[in-house]
Amino acid sequence: MSPAAARRSAAPQLAAAALVLIGLVAVPWLFSTFQTITVCYGLVFAIAALGYNLLLGYTGLLSFGHSAYFGMGAYTVALLVKYMEWTSMEAFVVAGVLGAGAVAALFGIVCVRYTRIFFGILTLALSQVLWSLALKLFWVTGGTDGLRVPTPKLFFSLLTPAEDKLEFLAYRYYYYVLILFVAATAVMWLIVHSPFGKALQAIRDNETRAEFVGVQVRRYRWVAFVVSGAFTGLAGALWVPLNGLTTPDIVYWPFSGRIVFFVVLGGFRTFWGPIVGAMAYNYLETYAVGYTVYWQLVLGIVFVLIVLTLPQGLAGTAEGLLRRMRRPAPAT
Amino acid sequence: MDTLLTQILNSLFYASTLFLIASGLSLVYGVMRIVNMAHGNLYAFGAYVAAWAVGLAASTLHWSLLFIVLLVGALAAAAVGALLEPTLLRPLYRRPEEYQLLMTFGLLLILEDVMRLVWGPHPLTASALSDALGSISFMGVTYPGYNLFVIAVGVVAAVGLGAFVYRTRFGVMLRATSQNMRMASALGIDVKRVYVQAFTLGCLMAGLGGAIVVPIQGAVLGMGIDALILAFVVVVIGGLGSLEGAAVGALIVGFVRTLGITYFAEVELAVLYLIAAVVLFVRPAGLFARA
Amino acid sequence: MTLLATRGLSKTFGALRAVDNVDFTVRPGEFLALIGSNGAGKTTLVNLISGLFRPDAGRIEFEGRDVTQQSVNERIRTGIARSFQLVNLFDQMSVFDNVALTVFARERKTRSLFALADRDAAVADEAAAILAQFGLATRARMVAGGLSQGERKLLDVAVAYALRPRLLFLDEPTSGVSTREKAPIMDVVTSVVRSQGITAVVIEHDMDVVFTYSDRIVAMHQGAILADGTPDEIRRNDQVTSTLIGTVAPA
Repeated sequence: MSPAAARRSAAPQLAAAALVLIGLVAVPWLFSTFQTITVCYGLVFAIAALGYNLLLGYTGLLSFGHSAYFGMGAYTVALLVKYMEWTSMEAFVVAGVLGAGAVAALFGIVCVRYTRIFFGILTLALSQVLWSLALKLFWVTGGTDGLRVPTPKLFFSLLTPAEDKLEFLAYRYYYYVLILFVAATAVMWLIVHSPFGKALQAIRDNETRAEFVGVQVRRYRWVAFVVSGAFTGLAGALWVPLNGLTTPDIVYWPFSGRIVFFVVLGGFRTFWGPIVGAMAYNYLETYAVGYTVYWQLVLGIVFVLIVLTLPQGLAGTAEGLLRRMRRPAPAT
Repeated sequence: MDTLLTQILNSLFYASTLFLIASGLSLVYGVMRIVNMAHGNLYAFGAYVAAWAVGLAASTLHWSLLFIVLLVGALAAAAVGALLEPTLLRPLYRRPEEYQLLMTFGLLLILEDVMRLVWGPHPLTASALSDALGSISFMGVTYPGYNLFVIAVGVVAAVGLGAFVYRTRFGVMLRATSQNMRMASALGIDVKRVYVQAFTLGCLMAGLGGAIVVPIQGAVLGMGIDALILAFVVVVIGGLGSLEGAAVGALIVGFVRTLGITYFAEVELAVLYLIAAVVLFVRPAGLFARA
Repeated sequence: MTLLATRGLSKTFGALRAVDNVDFTVRPGEFLALIGSNGAGKTTLVNLISGLFRPDAGRIEFEGRDVTQQSVNERIRTGIARSFQLVNLFDQMSVFDNVALTVFARERKTRSLFALADRDAAVADEAAAILAQFGLATRARMVAGGLSQGERKLLDVAVAYALRPRLLFLDEPTSGVSTREKAPIMDVVTSVVRSQGITAVVIEHDMDVVFTYSDRIVAMHQGAILADGTPDEIRRNDQVTSTLIGTVAPA
């Protein structure tokens, strides 16, 4: 695509993104505290899903162990509170990203040697090791009780926690998360449209040929793995103050399944799919939990149905429909 | 001397159950090139059904007949497999393999909650059977009779499965399909049927594994994923798709686990992964990989 | 003068000696055809030289330097590129991106994570120029998976060419296309290759193509070199005619 053509095709996408952003900015004014916090969770999960999809959608690697990086982000924050008594959210964000990135860098060395199912189960196995540590080293991690995290100070202590915790989360913290969500989305957009991003897609499509045009496949996969882990770690760090507590549950495998779910629900062949999926999942879960304790069953059934009938996911299917509407008679 | 023998028997006991789970996983992969993420949960399903059936029959049947009731668990898992392959996996064979993995992952989510829905959050037990066999003393050790029975079942299953795959007509079709699906199809083998049979057989083995351990370990939520991960370690060491590999891998993991429980309980899992990682570095396709 | 030389190159697969003690040389600037029946070892030889497989024995020299132990990437940087017999493209990427990515990789620009690929005018211009040379300019925005077989063959060569190699291996550039399409493909490929002074080795089964386009022919049989000569010499070589070409050798 020529630069001019690229600008032309990106324009409607950017316009749509701007509209959605205006809507997100208005959320705390339009909706209740509870609903704002629900959206806030959705934004946090969307960051994790974006990171995850760099591997699945763009590099062709199916990880079943991203709970490790989300959990690492969360536990890094919780441990800094416990042992260092830090309170600055900026410090938490940086530490969470670095902590998760470091673990991803280590696990990645082993995982990127393999693809397909071997990659999938290695990631799952390593995340289970981390989970068993979070559970067994209870004198450090609090075991099943987890670790509490008070609301932090935002923007270099310019904004301190308000009297009412819910008020704080639904306004100040919501906007804090929104800003980081927009930044993370912009950075990921840049990464997947960079020459590096093209190299990842080449690896996804054809590993052998990628090697034969001079892309060092394993090294690029490793970098993608670390970036993916760091994004998911950022989500984990942002999630802790929202939840107020971190337990080994977020390192356990069903949480990895949840991240896979976001991306499959939204569609992993599009850039926006993971974001749509994370937000949609968040609503699905909020209401499914309200109706039944067997929400994992409900979600599992939805998941299976999507894999069977909507392989492009919500965003991919919508994109396909839009394209067909714009061009009613497709050229053959 | 007696503790050494006990340790060896414990290792063989682990190895037996691991072989039952891992051989099914490996068989399905060998034939269909699918790793069934829900395999561990079919093992758990077999355990739950067996415990439930034994619980129902315990008051009316003589204890020796309960061994036959255990088989209900294995058959139930096989039935689930026979149902799942044609309905949920077959439509995906033409798609990129991510979708097959995702599908089995969805089944993993569903099965986990189905078991919670049907049998509740509390463990089920079938200890009537293990109690009935009591302990047996020989060569200076006293060892639970039921554990010896499990070892025997593992050995019989290994020999039986080997004979089945290498000596029967069906085994020939299985191996032909696994080596070249198109060629097998061109030679008149009904690949669709082989697939559903292989998948069912794989699930039967998983269910049998679950049914056979339930009198000792009980059926608990989360047992499926633990089993899946251990079975994966086994097949990584032995070579995915190889029956001999599953047997040798199960023995290695069985012995390491016994040592681990005695000497390094906290890092037992980590040591197993270390072994798997070393094998992967030295022989990326496992010890018994086919070229 | 030799550009590439192999000495005693061997590779066995189980009991099969796919390449057996082969001394193969390529001279600068020539368009060489590698012929032989299926299983003669042509593709294995190319796989060894391009670095896909490691040889069991022997060495490979490029411009007098030993490249036997070099990785694929190092060989590409040295100037050896290849296309593939079964078309090997990035099917979900656009035709343009297939070539652009290759240029990015060659320029070591794929290391940059934080720059928009489409804004790189130098790479875009070069990729567009390459597509124009191969007659694929109108297909630039299509997904590579949506091209016709003939176009895919051309794109496969274009991708290898975008690496600006000095020695280019083409593994059956016209296999799988109709007889009618073969000449146009070979015309484009030879004109691009000759105009840039690139040395090319082409594996080919179609003897019309071989005799029309090549300067020199090397015939392989059962892993060894059977004959080596100009098209005229090969045509007159009874051994080659009987083992490989059969009775349909064109006059």
